[in-house]
Amino acid sequence: MELIYQLMETLLPVSWIHYDFMKNALLAVLMIAPLFGLMGTMVVNNGMAFFSDAVGHSALCGIAIGVVLGLSDTTPAMIAFAVLFAVGLNLIRQTNHASADTIISVFSSLGVAAGLAILSRGGDFSRYSGMLVGDILSIAPRELAYLAGALVLTVIFWLFGFNALHAVSVNRSLARSRRIPVAVIDMLFAVLIAVIVTLSIKWIGLLMINAMLILPAAASRNISSTVREYHLYSILFSCFSGITGLVMSYYLNIASGPMIVILAAAVFFVTHLFRGRARN
Amino acid sequence: MHIRPQKACGLHCLKLKSFGVYVGRRQLLHNVNIHCHCGELTVVIGRNGAGKSTLLKAILGELPHVGSIEYRNREDGLIRPALKVGYVPQALGLDAGAPTSVYDLFASLISRRPVFLLRSKKLRKIIEDQLKLFQAEHLIDRRMGCLSGGEQQRVMLALATYPQPDLLLLDEPVSGMDENGLQLFYSIVSELKHKFDMAIILVSHDLNYVSRYADQVVLIDGTVKASGRPEEVFVSKPFRDTFGNFRFDFGKGTK
Repeated sequence: MELIYQLMETLLPVSWIHYDFMKNALLAVLMIAPLFGLMGTMVVNNGMAFFSDAVGHSALCGIAIGVVLGLSDTTPAMIAFAVLFAVGLNLIRQTNHASADTIISVFSSLGVAAGLAILSRGGDFSRYSGMLVGDILSIAPRELAYLAGALVLTVIFWLFGFNALHAVSVNRSLARSRRIPVAVIDMLFAVLIAVIVTLSIKWIGLLMINAMLILPAAASRNISSTVREYHLYSILFSCFSGITGLVMSYYLNIASGPMIVILAAAVFFVTHLFRGRARN
Repeated sequence: MHIRPQKACGLHCLKLKSFGVYVGRRQLLHNVNIHCHCGELTVVIGRNGAGKSTLLKAILGELPHVGSIEYRNREDGLIRPALKVGYVPQALGLDAGAPTSVYDLFASLISRRPVFLLRSKKLRKIIEDQLKLFQAEHLIDRRMGCLSGGEQQRVMLALATYPQPDLLLLDEPVSGMDENGLQLFYSIVSELKHKFDMAIILVSHDLNYVSRYADQVVLIDGTVKASGRPEEVFVSKPFRDTFGNFRFDFGKGTK
């Protein structure tokens, strides 16, 4: 860790880099941004924006469970809960005939309600309201390690499972005819989304996280015509808004999550103007 | 049209025996027996909700089924273990803005090399050659979502026949196809059955084309109500009960 800090101080000749919390925050953004840029592409393709949003909301319940169990680090409880949530939701979605958004709503509201109910016992919810906006400046080295793990996991999944995931997103029956295990791929992707959203929510904030996931991919769709372009632009936009947002929030003294999302939205509107250039 | 030949020998046959599909307690299809040979076009017809799509989904393994699917080589009587199925869906469900090119879709389905990262000249050549068989090689870099209905069908046929399947399942496109598109679709399918060694099952909604191109027609409504050559099925009672009296002109197409 010391080595990385020293390297950052030598490479970046700016005053804020001398604060450890800014170094940590920058490292976090350098991992979260490409991660979200990558994941976002297929979340958008699969129409899972509402699902990832629900997972974010359920994190509140995960924290509550961690608190009830008296854990000092609530992250493992949150991840365990989010994975259960994602698996349960997927199973019910496959067996119930109600439309997917209805089922997701049911789960999402239950997650939030249970979380709020537990955390507000004794009238002390304000302690947790930071969750809503997130605070990337408070991230610690141990939590950076979690993020690094998530990034590695996602890249591995993308290297070995992307083609199958892409095929499933285009047409499930077609994928099935090629002997792609559609249900397994669905489940793995849902669990991966759950893990990543949960690991990042404290830093980005419950209200912002879905925007971070969806906006870069949505902007990239405006100007891409192949899968490679889609990924390249999505990751670039995500990194651009992440890094610029963090630096701007330091100088403007604004919370980082909202600043990042405002920039990502700006990128979306700019690419919207150039939509059609890449059309063929 | 030029097609790499592995000619239909007429010696392979595909049998669905006492095939049935149940979802929960509901019986969607029961006791379906269909028998088709390579080099033959078998067309499944029926009213809406009769179970046509259910049949395709069950053959694909998307729905559980009872009974058996057998693929047999008549020369040596051996049953092939795994049936290779090529499938052309009715529609893809890609919106016009989806950033998936024809190359991307092909590569995702036929290669392990992750398409978001690497491109391969070798793979591109394979895809181009396969598309060429369907006069679609110029479409390789176009986005799937902005192809016309007919172009999309040709790409899907190229994809479904690579690598060559034992059974080709086709869901006839209902939207985005004009009369010329449908004509081209049926003439390509008709070419396929002569030049590839596989059985073809087509779910169709257009009786006119069925009467001209089908070798075998299967009318289903929960089970097989009638089957045989088009001129037999089209005058049968179950057919008239479903579609009324149909004015047909058999054999005008090139079978």
